[in-house]
Amino acid sequence: MASESPQQGGIRLKVRVNGEHHESVVDPRMNLADYLREELRLTATHVGCEHGVCGICNVLVDGQAVRSCLMLAVQVDGKEVRTVEGLAEGGKLHPIQEAFIEEHGLQCGFCTGGFMMALCELFDRNPSPSEAEIKEVVGGQICRCTGYNAILRSAQNAAAKMSASRS
Amino acid sequence: MKPAPFEYVAPSTISGVLEILGQNDPDEVKLMAGGQSLMPLLNMRLSRPALVIDLGKVADLDFIRETDEGVVIGAMTSKRAVEDSELILREHPLLWESTVAIGHPPIRNRGTVGGSMAQADPASEYPAVALVLGAELVAVSARGERTIPADDFFVTFLTTCLEPDEVLTEIRIPRLAPRSGWAFQEVARRHGDFAIVGATATLRLEAGVVVDPRIAVFGVADRALRFSAAESLLTGQAASDEMIDEVASQAAAAVEDPLEDAHASADYRRHLAGVLVGRVLREAAVRAAEASTGA
Repeated sequence: MASESPQQGGIRLKVRVNGEHHESVVDPRMNLADYLREELRLTATHVGCEHGVCGICNVLVDGQAVRSCLMLAVQVDGKEVRTVEGLAEGGKLHPIQEAFIEEHGLQCGFCTGGFMMALCELFDRNPSPSEAEIKEVVGGQICRCTGYNAILRSAQNAAAKMSASRS
Repeated sequence: MKPAPFEYVAPSTISGVLEILGQNDPDEVKLMAGGQSLMPLLNMRLSRPALVIDLGKVADLDFIRETDEGVVIGAMTSKRAVEDSELILREHPLLWESTVAIGHPPIRNRGTVGGSMAQADPASEYPAVALVLGAELVAVSARGERTIPADDFFVTFLTTCLEPDEVLTEIRIPRLAPRSGWAFQEVARRHGDFAIVGATATLRLEAGVVVDPRIAVFGVADRALRFSAAESLLTGQAASDEMIDEVASQAAAAVEDPLEDAHASADYRRHLAGVLVGRVLREAAVRAAEASTGA
């Protein structure tokens, strides 16, 4: 809970993650990525560089993509967090996930969640992004396998799927 | 867990922040804005504060307002809000252009305008932009409020003239003079990375000569630098290729102690500073000429 006086040790945190309500007591120094992985056991959020460069730990906080390694868990108190686990609904993959499978947008898969969450925010903001807008978002994460072309194709395929399902 | 242990507080008002600041040894306290620079420093234990005061809940510091003189931006306004602002795009396209050069969308969602100013990273875009736009930075403490011109604000590496008990609250950016030309360019290894060197300039053209040129670079020295001697040299001259080349080489020569690191040597940074100053002056002159002819 937000407090008006300094607190050490456990701080109480209430947060919705992928629609589910959680209450935890966390150390103020615990970052959001570690909270999701270690406390909630939501291990689809991977951690790469752990200082904001690689983008692999991206999650959505109140709809905005953020580096979960650069946010404290206590900072999501009262907020809504969406992780890779929250993309699929009712056992059906999200169009972004389907597009990555169809276009072979991954090899080892370690970075994939970071790309998908960044793209998820893009499509929420802008349902039909230009190629330049897609590149700007894809450029925010590091992938060491694909060479990015397959990821760009996945993003374009996902955009097409999502606009087809709306019309 | 990576950071060393710290106590944490997130006051919802500036007076709450100042009160807690007053009750603690300022050397033991870190103010957290968006955390996009502070979190890595905490994670690597380069910074080990006893207390982190998170400014994220101070809603009064998150705004973009138009005034008679220009725009005022709250210190806790995110870079994404600046990027999304029609007002900024219309009134301060230079600020907009420099904003989208900062990091990547998820970094801009969290990173703040005030955070970049107060962090004063030598490779950061905003300090140089604040210099050429003639911004003023407003700080408050229990002792009162003061307004600091950008020219006096940035001192050296990660150091501003803010006192330990002061909090940056807003950035005031005067309106660009009518028919001004502007430009912003940076060189980075990868789009969104810290710039190796960047440059920015504004100027006007009146009766074929340059009026009120302002030139600044970042990533070159311990802080963003303005080149007043080069500005004087250009003032009252035609913006010819020869003149701009001369001004650019004078600016490059004026850098006292260029940075040197794994990314670039001191000589390369000095060279790049000259090249980029030349490019931004040419681009700004073209924009100023277009603005004067109403194109």
